[in-house]
Amino acid sequence: MARHQNIRNLDYEAELEEYGAFSDEEEEELSPEDQVRMREGTAQVLEALGVEAHKVPKTQIEESLWHYYWDVDKTITYLISKYIDPPKKPAKTAPPKTAPKQDAAIASASRQSFAHLFRDLPWGNIPPERQAVLIPPPQLPAGLLGGSGAPPKMSKLQQLAAARKKKAEEKSASGEVEQTQVKMTELTVNDNQASKENRPLAGVFGKRVKISETTAQGRIPLTMAEPTRPEIPQAQAPEATPSQHQEEDPIDPEPAVAPPKAQPSAFASTLFGPSSDSPKRRPREVFALPYMAISSYSPDAFGKPSPDDVVLAAQAKVATAGKKSANVHNKKGSSSADGVTNQVSQLKIDDTPLPKSRNLNVLSEFEKQKGKKTASFVVVGHVDAGKSTMMGRLLLDLNVVDQRTVDKLRKEAEKIGKTSFALAWVLDQRHEERSRGVTIDIATNRFETETTSFTILDAPGHRDFIPNMIAGASQADFAILVIDASTGAFESGLKGQTREHSLLIRSMGVSRIIVAVNKLDTVNWSQERFDEITHQVSGFLTATGFQPKNIAFVPVSGLHGDNLVRKSTDPAASWYTGKTLVEELEASEPSARALAKPLRMTISEVMRTPQSSISITGRIDAGSLQMGDALLVQPSGEKAYVKSLQVDDGEPADWAVAGQNVVLHLSNIDPIHVRVGDIVCDPAKPIQCVDTFTLKALAFDILMPMQVDVHRGRLHAAGKIEAIDAILDKVTGKVTKKKPMIVKPGTVSRVRVTLHSKVPLEAGQRVVLRSGGQTVAAGLLE
Amino acid sequence: MRFTNPKHSLSTLDPSGESPVSLLPTTPEDMWHAHNLIAPSDLLRAHAIRKVVTTGSTGSTTSDRVHTDLTIRVQSVFFDPAASSLHVSGTVCQENQYVSLGQHHTLDLELNRPFQLWKHSGWDSVSLKMLEEAVAEDTGEAMCAVVMQEGLANICLITEFQTVVKQRVEANIPKKRAGGSASQGGMTSFYEKTLATLLRTVDFSQPRPLLLASPGFVAQDFRGYMQSEGQKRTDKKLQRMAKDAVVVHSSTGYVHSLNEVLKSPEVQATMRDKRFTGETALMDQLYDRLRKDDGRAWYGAKPVERAVKEGAVGRGGGVLLINNKFFRSLDIKTRKRFVALVDKVKEDGGEARVLSSDHESGQRLDALGGIAAILTYPIYDLDEDEVEEGGEGEESGAAAEEGAMII
Repeated sequence: MARHQNIRNLDYEAELEEYGAFSDEEEEELSPEDQVRMREGTAQVLEALGVEAHKVPKTQIEESLWHYYWDVDKTITYLISKYIDPPKKPAKTAPPKTAPKQDAAIASASRQSFAHLFRDLPWGNIPPERQAVLIPPPQLPAGLLGGSGAPPKMSKLQQLAAARKKKAEEKSASGEVEQTQVKMTELTVNDNQASKENRPLAGVFGKRVKISETTAQGRIPLTMAEPTRPEIPQAQAPEATPSQHQEEDPIDPEPAVAPPKAQPSAFASTLFGPSSDSPKRRPREVFALPYMAISSYSPDAFGKPSPDDVVLAAQAKVATAGKKSANVHNKKGSSSADGVTNQVSQLKIDDTPLPKSRNLNVLSEFEKQKGKKTASFVVVGHVDAGKSTMMGRLLLDLNVVDQRTVDKLRKEAEKIGKTSFALAWVLDQRHEERSRGVTIDIATNRFETETTSFTILDAPGHRDFIPNMIAGASQADFAILVIDASTGAFESGLKGQTREHSLLIRSMGVSRIIVAVNKLDTVNWSQERFDEITHQVSGFLTATGFQPKNIAFVPVSGLHGDNLVRKSTDPAASWYTGKTLVEELEASEPSARALAKPLRMTISEVMRTPQSSISITGRIDAGSLQMGDALLVQPSGEKAYVKSLQVDDGEPADWAVAGQNVVLHLSNIDPIHVRVGDIVCDPAKPIQCVDTFTLKALAFDILMPMQVDVHRGRLHAAGKIEAIDAILDKVTGKVTKKKPMIVKPGTVSRVRVTLHSKVPLEAGQRVVLRSGGQTVAAGLLE
Repeated sequence: MRFTNPKHSLSTLDPSGESPVSLLPTTPEDMWHAHNLIAPSDLLRAHAIRKVVTTGSTGSTTSDRVHTDLTIRVQSVFFDPAASSLHVSGTVCQENQYVSLGQHHTLDLELNRPFQLWKHSGWDSVSLKMLEEAVAEDTGEAMCAVVMQEGLANICLITEFQTVVKQRVEANIPKKRAGGSASQGGMTSFYEKTLATLLRTVDFSQPRPLLLASPGFVAQDFRGYMQSEGQKRTDKKLQRMAKDAVVVHSSTGYVHSLNEVLKSPEVQATMRDKRFTGETALMDQLYDRLRKDDGRAWYGAKPVERAVKEGAVGRGGGVLLINNKFFRSLDIKTRKRFVALVDKVKEDGGEARVLSSDHESGQRLDALGGIAAILTYPIYDLDEDEVEEGGEGEESGAAAEEGAMII
């Protein structure tokens, strides 16, 4: 056992020497049940091999079984192709010609045969990559000959191959599953057929050397993965059946764990002993890959992944597998696989490292996470109803904004003679907004109560900025409708944006609405006025399609803060005993999130941050994402990677799900491909770009073939109503009249819209049609 | 455009089309007129440059570019509004030493080079009207309009007969964020980009009316920016431009918002005599009537034809609106049908307006199928499928189906 310890320590030292930042982890033994399975598997294999069995060493069988996770069939195929009926091998098996430094130490320690030293030790069944750390062969120049210590250049041929391969990958990106299966077979047994000339071998070494030199990316996860390796069976068996797993994750750990090996060369055997358990296994794994066995040239050699990629992919996979064994599971295999393959191919082009995916199962992480619920609400209402002021007061009372800031704003406001705007300036930060006294763009802010963390979206009330208001409403779970109770203002508001806004938020899918009857202090908290407004507005809202139980009324004073956070202390307002605005907000349940759907996020802002030159913000409409994910930006169709991300309150996070407002820091994409209003989606299930669509539309105004603007969130496109196909029954959806000349307000019709350019839209989305500055219809895409 | 021979005029024109009309285009706008005049199966004679390949006795070939006059029978006409160039392709019908009968050629009409035109089906009332417009005195400079919104500007040139989008400027304006003044910088650089593009694409050496339209304050701020830039650069011309620019409200920054721009009182006051303002007003009238659904406004070829046949588009407010694309590249029969329609309306004492489909009002009409009419008296059953009109019109907002609505 002492010697055993000796070797163990040595092993670690070697690793530490090379990687510096390695922390020791525990070795794992085979569990008893695994040993039983191993015995059974070996017996089966031996039986299957029959007379040929003597050609295969027992250790090899065991090892293969281990790699294939007791899949006897695969093991047999592998063994047959490897030992019993091997393809013709070229003379070149590439042994390390000079033993590098680290070897010297080990070599001296391993003078005594490693074979029987390790055979009976459980940890001797260490997967080959464990020994990977030992030898980077320094002697072979990478790529083109010439140069000295500089990182290798790619030969023209290699570049061509890389380019072709990339193209081929892009082409077949959709048919992911079959492709991955094909790839898998290529990677495992049939690798013999992956014809290759010998030259790219240099590239393999070059790449490896380069990686370890620069970032050591390829390997660090590798070494970290090792000790936990034997955990895989236990970890995976209960959670995912192998077949499901295979389907989900084309980069399966199994084929990766066992990149086929060649027999050690004579030189190698003499140097290190015959045992395949020798700690020297790693170099062989790399040098004697089976595709080098084929010397003949195949014309479609470049159609397949180049050896560089295969090796890199395998390394990446090992890393993936290692992560997996730490009991976190890959969420959406196809996309991350795609991501990994792409990362690999991208690696060849520029040296900036791609973000690493942690391959979390975002949905289960989300369920595990215990915290406050999150909700966002939009504040709408007629212009000058006091939306921004009310929100400014709310933030002040909740201590999100301190009194000092407000005092400062008040001083500034006094300077230009607009003292009453001081609170609104908390949210209206743009120069124009302040000087003109109107909100122009959506302002976002956050506050937390004991149970919920809220996102405020303060919408502009002016009719010219309704596109911005639509953008805000599309991000909201519920709405606060602010109504100016002062004489005359309520009446004009009801004709104006009070009406239009409530129609809009209803047609954007917001169903819960809190009506804040504001400025009641100006009418001395008159209950009659409140009741009158309540009566009119609730009648109007129910007509719009809100259910009475989803409407709440609160009398407030935005300027003084009565009934916002605290109850009003004004004796005139004592008649109101209901909830305050914040209490009403807390009582609202956020709408259900479409977590399991494919990722969709409308970009509401593109900016430059210290983290990335392209950062985007927006609310995830559906699905989930995590660090390292590949994303597709539509309509440009360009791919990007999530370098890092922040959720709701600017907290850095590893993942995000539908309903959260996120900041994504992207990499590997040019800024011209990312615009406000674009949609970020899952590359495996992309959203389509269309320029013609049919809409089931509820008309707010008379509809006829005419020019319209189409709004969806921040997306804003010009187009026209091409034809009106039919008028539909409001409730049953049946066609009541075909090809009408015009559609009257309040009726539902099926209209065809064409746009001037292609935009990302899909069925089930809600869009708003506007014409001449007025909302004419809203509806669902069919 | 003018007649090559000063003695010629509309009155000397041979209406059968058998003797040619010789015309000289002088302004880019004339190409647009030529585009409307030249129809398929007409004969066109113009200057041409043709590559001729000659084979020597030894079999060697030499190719030359020769200048010659060619007569072709028109097959198709292509007009590029941005470059104001017109390409007419067809088969040669008069051979000369370089080309033989039946060979294909595409004539590129050039400014200040005359062309001769034989109308295959004669000069009808519509084409005569077009010719009249074409040879009329130039009515002045084109107007420049910049329709903008935050991050988007369309620079358009509005001439008598067409609206050309010269350039579209897009910029990414940072949205507002806590404590950030980035959007201010974004707007300034957007204005800078727009102004540079405007000065580059539109010739302001002669003073020409400039319209700035936008929702909100963008146009106003842009004008302010022009002014301050003019002062900064001590550029008198720019200052003058900024001073004379008319700021109008529009609901979006897209080109189709030009409608709102053209009917705004500010524009009406300055451009009263322009043809397109009248057309815009007519279109608005049509839309208003359609809205009222009083049976006095109809669109689409069939209902309008029936209304005209009944004489409903006549004296006392009857207007036929028809897009000029109907007279452009159609077969003779359809063209004759629409010409007859126009003639009938005129006969009845109504007004027939041929709208330019290159104008905003023409494009609005295009959305309605390219043809519409305002009738002198209401007719209700022009639409064949009409079964129950107005019977199912539910009151707007009266349906509180407790969320049972399909939308």
